[in-house]
Amino acid sequence: MLAALIGFLGDFDLAEESAQEAFAVAAERWPRDGLPTSPAAWLIATARNRAIDRIRRERTLAAKTKLLEVEEAVRESPPETGFRDERLELVFTCCHPSLSIEAQVALTLRTLGGLSTEEIARAFLVPEATMAQRLVRAKRKIRDAAIPFRIPPDHLLPDRLGAVLAVVYLIFNAGYDGRGELAEEAIRLGVALAELMPDEPEAVGLLALMLLHDSRRGARLRDGELVLLADQDRGLWNHAQIEAGRAALDRAVRLRGAGPYVLQAAIAAQHALAETDWKHIAALYAELLRVAPSPVIELNRAVALAEAEGLDAGLAAIERLDLESYLYLHAAHADLLRRLGRWAEACAAYQRALELVESEPERRFLERRLAEVQSATR
Amino acid sequence: MQYMLQIYSNDATGVFESLSEEQQSAVMGEYFAISEAPGVSGGAQLQAPETATTVRVQDGQTLTTDGPFPETKEALGGFYLLDADDLDAAIELAGRIPAARMGGAIEVRPVVAR
Repeated sequence: MLAALIGFLGDFDLAEESAQEAFAVAAERWPRDGLPTSPAAWLIATARNRAIDRIRRERTLAAKTKLLEVEEAVRESPPETGFRDERLELVFTCCHPSLSIEAQVALTLRTLGGLSTEEIARAFLVPEATMAQRLVRAKRKIRDAAIPFRIPPDHLLPDRLGAVLAVVYLIFNAGYDGRGELAEEAIRLGVALAELMPDEPEAVGLLALMLLHDSRRGARLRDGELVLLADQDRGLWNHAQIEAGRAALDRAVRLRGAGPYVLQAAIAAQHALAETDWKHIAALYAELLRVAPSPVIELNRAVALAEAEGLDAGLAAIERLDLESYLYLHAAHADLLRRLGRWAEACAAYQRALELVESEPERRFLERRLAEVQSATR
Repeated sequence: MQYMLQIYSNDATGVFESLSEEQQSAVMGEYFAISEAPGVSGGAQLQAPETATTVRVQDGQTLTTDGPFPETKEALGGFYLLDADDLDAAIELAGRIPAARMGGAIEVRPVVAR
């Protein structure tokens, strides 16, 4: 909510004060009148109106005429619409092509995702000081080069979409690894993007992908312990969300989508079926590799191959990869070695994975597996 | 906001030279039209980089050298000064400068406001 207000007002202090006022009004009205349809949107709309009043009171009109004109226009629109669009303006400013891709992503995560500089630095595998400097430089460029704060005009929209989608997906992944509110944030952004660009299959595909992944979040941990997809209690999956994800995927496919997000959503939809068709999944990964080559995708394809064609095929594919500092390479490698009964090698791979792991549930999972493998060797 | 649109042309591509006389004057007409575009407050075409002289002062002595002759084939060939609302407007105008599509590049730099 604060990010939306900051994005809209361009002023941290004003945003915080008006947010507090909005909560005070809610505390008085909601018990009396009942909850509004969308409480968050209501709060933002109320805070925004308070801020406008405040600007009117405190600043000279002449200095703020331009800002007020914009705000009047937004005020006319229903709160839900205004809520989404402000955030999109901020996203598109942060993802302006005159900023480096790294800066675009970092800036959006910082201002919209609410991640700390340290968290962003970890996500990009760079030192925190480097990330801090990147953010300062990007903000300075926005100011000094007058990068506009607005949704780009139609003829520029497609060009600017790629970076925005990448940013939203990164926010989602940060949320998937623990900060659930970030995943919800990313899905909200995804919904808005899909509405703003209804003819863009990749925007719809990203939304489908996030909905499908997120539908399993409740089943991913049991008593704080990681549960693998195959062992998950399907009753804990959010089936309404799976349906919404499937519907979005169908829409993207009808738009003739075959880009990276649509393909990943198709894979996620396969995983949400009762019977997993690994051959189909391996084929989808092969297609994904063709349109968006990356060693991480190769790793995923290797894991699918292990299920579709046998552990040895998967192992051979994994051992060709150059991803020495990537946790999931070692985790997947260890898993295949364990299942092949190659205990000593599995031990070494689990130990390497444990050096890289950051999330506690994942650490405990790997430790359990390591203990199993160690006891098998004795 | 004022921007300087620095035009780096790439003579090595020979795109301009390969054009007919008629086409060349059409391109020159485009440059002229841009100098008349709303917000453009100035600009100039520069003589070839071989005509440049570099001046440095060291220990009170003025040192003059021929050149520079940059390693790259791209050389500053001219510039426009533009007053615009924001960077998008400057990028849009930069995209209309013929050098940008003829193997060259336009560097858009905000001017420090005083």
